[in-house]
Amino acid sequence: MNWSSTAEFFAMGGYGLYVWGSFGITAAALLIEALLAKKRFADTRRLLRRELAADREALNEHASRRP
Amino acid sequence: MINWFKFASPASFYPLAGKLWPWFAALATAFCAAGLWISFFVAPTDFQQGEGYRIIFIHVPASWMSMFIYCVMAFWAAIGITFNTRLSGMMSAALAPTGALFAFLSLWTGALWGKPMWGAWWVWDARLTSELILFFLYLGYIALTSAIDDPRRADKAGAIVALVGVVNVPIIYFSVKWWNTLHQGASVSLTKAPSMATTMLWGMLLMALAFWMYSIAMSLYRVRAIILEREHHAGWVAELPEMQR
Repeated sequence: MNWSSTAEFFAMGGYGLYVWGSFGITAAALLIEALLAKKRFADTRRLLRRELAADREALNEHASRRP
Repeated sequence: MINWFKFASPASFYPLAGKLWPWFAALATAFCAAGLWISFFVAPTDFQQGEGYRIIFIHVPASWMSMFIYCVMAFWAAIGITFNTRLSGMMSAALAPTGALFAFLSLWTGALWGKPMWGAWWVWDARLTSELILFFLYLGYIALTSAIDDPRRADKAGAIVALVGVVNVPIIYFSVKWWNTLHQGASVSLTKAPSMATTMLWGMLLMALAFWMYSIAMSLYRVRAIILEREHHAGWVAELPEMQR
């Protein structure tokens, strides 16, 4: 084990800003990318579902108007 | 014998990607946990750089991935141009944002490492400059393909960027050999023993595996959204269980 206390762990031997700036931004970037990809998929799916529902409705109306 | 061309059809690749991505995401999480543990609690303090060297555990893997993803994009570009398969362009488009992100992270962590060790956030040396060009190539690919309305034409134009730009990857890799750079030479190579402690090497390799699995999971996930966007008029999309009320 390299660290005798939590404070020592976060200080990173004086390089805290650089080490945590690297790991922190990397973690945030990967997380944000995953959330954006999730949103993109959900948005596309919602749009397509709406499109399909509208199509079905139009078809039903068309069918019911026939004698 | 697997019929690979079967999976070149978006209709059969979409459910396959849906089944595969959670597994790669799980692998990424596992490798990341192990890699971070070694990075902070097992790997010893460097005798020269103290604790500051720990940036290596994400800097090197992110740089590797930024180069590797570009090569994979070039591979899909070549396949797309040769066989005229629609899925190839979708794969390239799905990989580009993740590649751009890793190129950015490589530059970002490099700057945060350069400042305390070299005294400068940035220097115009061959390694840094060629990596910056790689980042711009990714951005150029994304900008160009999203500026063209017809996806098939966008794929063709993007494929040219991917194939021409890939010459930059060996330039980045060998830059520290070909030119006199401030950036240090390779810590790990295939031909000679690595110039670092075994536990440091393990931490770096595990983080590289984590980033690799993350990239696969992310591109499989993103390609599904791209397939839906492009194939929205196809009959099979309407039949999907997630499209039912």
